[in-house]
Amino acid sequence: MTEQILSSTPQGMPAVDIAPRLRDVLSHADDNMVLAQRLGEWISTAPDLEIDIALGNIALDHLGVARALYTHAGEIEDRGRNEDDFAMRRTEREYLNLLLVEQPNDDFAHTIVRQFFFDAYQGLLWPDLIGSDDQTLAGIAAKARKEASYHYEFSSSWLVRLGDGTQESHARAQTAVDRLWRFTAELSAPYADHWPLSVQPILDEAGLVAPDDPYQRSGGRDGYHTEHLGFLLAEMQWMDRTYPGMAW
Amino acid sequence: MTYDVPVAPGETADLEERIDGAAGGWPMWEVFVRARRGISHVHIGSLHAPDARSALQNARDVYTRRGEGVSVWVVPSSEISAFEPEAAAEYVEANEKVYRLATTYDIPEEVGQM
Amino acid sequence: MVPEEQFQEIVDAESKIEPTDWMPEGYRKTLIRQIAQHAHSEIIGMQPEGNWITRAPSLHRKAILMAKVQDEAGHGLYLYSAAETLGVRRDDLQELLHQGKHKYSSIFNYPTLSWADMGAIGWLVDGAAITNQVMLTRCSYGPYARAMVRICKEESFHQRQGYESLIKLCNGSPEQRAMAQDALDRWWWPSLMMFGPSDSDSTHSEQSMKWKIKRVSNDDLRQQFVDMTVPQADYLGLTIPDPDLRWNEERGHYDFGEIDWDEFWRVVKGNGPMSRDRIEHKTKAWEDGAWVREAATAYAAKRARSAA
Repeated sequence: MTEQILSSTPQGMPAVDIAPRLRDVLSHADDNMVLAQRLGEWISTAPDLEIDIALGNIALDHLGVARALYTHAGEIEDRGRNEDDFAMRRTEREYLNLLLVEQPNDDFAHTIVRQFFFDAYQGLLWPDLIGSDDQTLAGIAAKARKEASYHYEFSSSWLVRLGDGTQESHARAQTAVDRLWRFTAELSAPYADHWPLSVQPILDEAGLVAPDDPYQRSGGRDGYHTEHLGFLLAEMQWMDRTYPGMAW
Repeated sequence: MTYDVPVAPGETADLEERIDGAAGGWPMWEVFVRARRGISHVHIGSLHAPDARSALQNARDVYTRRGEGVSVWVVPSSEISAFEPEAAAEYVEANEKVYRLATTYDIPEEVGQM
Repeated sequence: MVPEEQFQEIVDAESKIEPTDWMPEGYRKTLIRQIAQHAHSEIIGMQPEGNWITRAPSLHRKAILMAKVQDEAGHGLYLYSAAETLGVRRDDLQELLHQGKHKYSSIFNYPTLSWADMGAIGWLVDGAAITNQVMLTRCSYGPYARAMVRICKEESFHQRQGYESLIKLCNGSPEQRAMAQDALDRWWWPSLMMFGPSDSDSTHSEQSMKWKIKRVSNDDLRQQFVDMTVPQADYLGLTIPDPDLRWNEERGHYDFGEIDWDEFWRVVKGNGPMSRDRIEHKTKAWEDGAWVREAATAYAAKRARSAA
């Protein structure tokens, strides 16, 4: 990989101050929460019924993981916060998700590429966390791992269909790869050697190429996001902020 | 609640079925599921998918909600040969397909003979 | 015995007509339209509820709503499959919907304007669906009846989650109670209209009864729904927006006010508040997705060629 130009947390901007163990759990929770929210936007809008059902099921999986991790974060923090306290009442600067997952759905190609890059990462993350000393986290990881492999099967097979389908689908898939590649360094950082091994063969099979561009963005893990997250949270948190403290 | 939404005064009931040119959709697949050990596969429905891999994924999502330990088979509807009881014999000449007519078996020309 | 007689004998015996059995052309065409419109209703119904997925007030509610809407997609799929056994193609049925030649349940032509609408739809619309679905499991056409059995099994949580949501609102803050009352005010009459016109105004009701496609009259189903729902509203402490609603001791049923049939026919004709939006949304999703479906077909064709 060509030397990267990293565009991340600017000088002087403090990283979010939070204990490492809590930070890790919240990072993974936020990844899954934001992605679930994005996938939820596809419901009733997908190219066909079967795809609508598949995307909805994947969204539910990610939401389930987010909820389990938020609950666990509350236990670790031990200040009485629950899943909605974390999801609905933290601000953009407190969210620790990867920049990739907050990118808009755009077209189906963008959604599939975003999903594929993320699934390849989750395929490496969960086996890791299964070995964690934290029993609860290991349990969540075990369940998430099965789901993630199913997601990878879905996103990789669709990426190949699009890349090696029609001229139009190939062009759209390549555009999506070009636009989302800049978020992959942040994503794959913990698994920099292995992530390409999950990704490159599928790109090859799909006839797609990673852009020859060193530009990369990061900062999500420090609460320094793209402009998209604010809008996503505004929509997601609106009810809770308008009617605070109520039971639903 | 009625799904037989009535025809408004002044309208006529449209019982049209086919749209010319709306061809080339994904083929239909029949889904068979074995819910758990010890029992056999059962036909539970159909769906549309472009290929077998997708059909299996869809079948798991739709018909099994990805239940563990479940065995799923998918077969292109056109691949099923059928024997139907006498009552149907008068209806169709060569009654060896599971469903009426051949509209469910449209195969894109590019695919060739199946 | 002539085929018609044999067919009617099977129907009268409460047995099932299967896809390749002889059937009157009217039976087949009526079934196609009804099953298709039922399927379309499930699919279009995903929109008013899907409208609140990204804004659900808690993660718990978000998960429930997502699951409910996904179930509805699955139900649509089962129903399209049942329709296809009659020799039509799903894509053709969808095109008929896009062109406005096929209809869907009128209830979905109203907008969902508050979170309480999710509760109201679950309570009233799924409540209405119960009265209909159990009846349809006894429909004479095998594939439709079997699809309904599967759907009924999955409906159990749909029925309860909406009502439970309203219980929470009605036991909550004044704003939440007001939200629930406002939702009932807007959804009550459209719910009654869901059952369709009086059967005396419906031309082919009698034939559908003979064919056992329809088992109970519109008026009877509507009365059943009202009788079931009024006590439920009382429990919530909500007021049904019908000044003529009262228990009739003699009849043993609730009397209720006259439905605004002008509004009903207006909506059926495609001029309901959300009628255009629902179809435009559905059509746009289909058209925007054409390149995806084509890509998958092209890819499958390439694979088949190289395997040959």
